[in-house]
Amino acid sequence: MPETAAVSIRNLSKSFDGTEVLRDVSLEVQPGEVVSILGSSGSGKSTLLRCINWLEQPDRGDIRIAGDRIGVSDTGKPMSRRELAGMRARLGMVFQGFNLWPHLSVLRNVTEAPIHVQGLSKAEADERAMALLEKVGMADKREQYPYTLSGGQKQRVAIARALAMQPKVMLFDEPTSALDPELVGEVLGVIKDLSKEGYTMVLVTHEMEFARAVSDQVVFLDKGIIIEKSHPSEFFENPKTDRVRRFLELEAPAV
Amino acid sequence: MSNWDILWSSYDVFLSGFYNTLKLFGLSAVLAFLMGSAMVFLLEGSRPRLKVPLRIFIDGMRMLPFLILAYLLYYGLPSAGIRMSAWTAGIIALVIYHGAYFAEILRGCRSTFAQGQVEAAIAQGFSQPKMFMRIILPQLILKTRGLLGNQLIILLKDTAFLVIITVRELTAAASSLSSTYFIPMEAFIVVIGFYWLISIGLELFIKMIGRFGAKRGFENA
Repeated sequence: MPETAAVSIRNLSKSFDGTEVLRDVSLEVQPGEVVSILGSSGSGKSTLLRCINWLEQPDRGDIRIAGDRIGVSDTGKPMSRRELAGMRARLGMVFQGFNLWPHLSVLRNVTEAPIHVQGLSKAEADERAMALLEKVGMADKREQYPYTLSGGQKQRVAIARALAMQPKVMLFDEPTSALDPELVGEVLGVIKDLSKEGYTMVLVTHEMEFARAVSDQVVFLDKGIIIEKSHPSEFFENPKTDRVRRFLELEAPAV
Repeated sequence: MSNWDILWSSYDVFLSGFYNTLKLFGLSAVLAFLMGSAMVFLLEGSRPRLKVPLRIFIDGMRMLPFLILAYLLYYGLPSAGIRMSAWTAGIIALVIYHGAYFAEILRGCRSTFAQGQVEAAIAQGFSQPKMFMRIILPQLILKTRGLLGNQLIILLKDTAFLVIITVRELTAAASSLSSTYFIPMEAFIVVIGFYWLISIGLELFIKMIGRFGAKRGFENA
């Protein structure tokens, strides 16, 4: 019997004000797998990612996290806030704009949800947080406040914050798009380390080289439709469609 | 005996007035702030049916002179069969009136709050009340501390109106001494000093919040 997929998306559709942004999208992410979602802006890739943790509600289709459906309870009714919060806590999300909480120190940003959502003691949460801050290279900044950090440092803290809930799947929504070019590397380095440790990750990105290096599967969205889904070597070396070929020429011109 | 000596010999009247004003102010400031925060929480969007009544209440209160509200509660309501002590009426008036102002100050700031921070909290599984208490409200306080401080000073000054409905606070103390001995000038100068004392305490409190905020990058308020 095959393993239960970490994320299973079936026939997902979503419109904003009558404009269809996702059309019948299906995708499976196996445990330990890294999947990159590529596509030009407006292709629906961020919306797809945000549907996975129900920050956007799809119009049709279903999404399962490790076998359990998100957003809709067993009775077919919309999930209660409580049930939904429980499902969301299984997913770690990293945003393009970091979204750290400015009134809390680096350490408290990371311990906030473990203490106040999962009910960990402060000591347990601190221990867990320090290990994660160590992992992302931010342990020495634990007492600082977000406004004193660079973009790259903020994003590394945001990654530690998401990991602190011990999620089954990590979702990255263009994690380096708001960063100065010289800061991109430190964040990608952290994500790459996570991929080596076997984290299951879904990644929306514009970093082609990076997607190629870390992904087990690359998905290409165009106008809300998945038009290619393949292994990165195949995707980058030998794209099946003209659309992808054009995209690759524009995004990653041959040197 | 000079006028000042007369006042000195009645210092206990001032002290009891001062104590009552502090009690009135402290109690209604805390309750009004809690009420304002609760209203902003209820406006968060999960309860659409409450939105319109809350907005009407908030705007209605803000369009009403405080004195009329106090009159209404103390002298008006008995004709509807609701009787309460001057203290109760005074505190209720202060709380609902300034609660509406606190709500409006916090609501204005909430509407400019970065949605990304809210999404980050939702994505981590925060419940609405926890998110409001832990993520949103602390930042609203830090950002609006200047306006909140102003409102607290207005609240303090509004306690003086309650002399009209027979609450024995500072202004009532001065008023009774001034009419007993006919020394209005000196009596009222003394109470101004007491009001200043409380205001300075308030200023220091707001400055403390300011330092707390500045450490976290909340510079302008």
